[in-house]
Amino acid sequence: MKQNLIALIAGLLFGLGLSISQMIDRDRVLGFLDVTGVWDPTLLFVLAGAVAVTLITFRFVLRRSHPLFSSQFYLPTKQDIDIPLVAGAAIFGMGWGIAGYCPGPSIVALVLGIWNPVLFVIALIFGSLTYKWYSTRKNRVELTSYTKEN
Amino acid sequence: MTEFNWITALCGGILIGLSATLLLLFNGRIAGISGIFNGAIAFANDKAWRWLFLIGMVLGGVIYEYLLAPEPTPTSVFSPWEMIIGGFLVGFGTRMGSGCTSGHGVCGLGRLSLRSLVAVITFLTTGIMTIIVMRYISSL
Repeated sequence: MKQNLIALIAGLLFGLGLSISQMIDRDRVLGFLDVTGVWDPTLLFVLAGAVAVTLITFRFVLRRSHPLFSSQFYLPTKQDIDIPLVAGAAIFGMGWGIAGYCPGPSIVALVLGIWNPVLFVIALIFGSLTYKWYSTRKNRVELTSYTKEN
Repeated sequence: MTEFNWITALCGGILIGLSATLLLLFNGRIAGISGIFNGAIAFANDKAWRWLFLIGMVLGGVIYEYLLAPEPTPTSVFSPWEMIIGGFLVGFGTRMGSGCTSGHGVCGLGRLSLRSLVAVITFLTTGIMTIIVMRYISSL
């Protein structure tokens, strides 16, 4: 219950942050990525502001043995730079450049009452489920051939 | 487009950083939107907090847009194909690469994760390159 309240408040702050900084206007994001045009540095300031905070606070938070309302931290465990990381980030960047939305801003932009974010979020779900389907199928095939070999 | 305002940009960024801090300090969770979103649509066992985070995001947008905003957020042209193709690639790529601008950018860089730094450099590079290619194609 306490954790759910924190999640709601954190989500609220996140949504406020994205809309105050105008990241829910995709032309701002495209204006940042379009370095050859009239460059819009907004996104750089947003990212810098956010990372300036996490760089400081995460150091102190992660010194704790556990979070305040939970018995453990849920942190990513992978350390190696592998192909899915780089290929996935590359594919994400392409979609970002085409649409001007990444997941966060597209969800908040749903409140604007326009069709762009609605279509984007539906396609986002399809893309995500497609990779999930592809990766579980690939794992199963690899597992089957492994069992056959041994 | 309205002019670049570094104060609102920085303040918005700080709010995002504080949000990520709250979620990690109290719940031990990373504020990565693609991860939270994927968990929510999979209806995982611990799904409630994920849906509440997403609902909170939408509420934050409503509060800004309909109560605080000095002027309505500009709405850009309707481009269905860009949304469908872009959305699909973003969904596929963020799941494959385990994160987006928030998970790798805001939280990963804050944790000094090398994987996240590589991801951020990669998606910024392909994002910029994609725009250059699209501008070139549309100018032909």
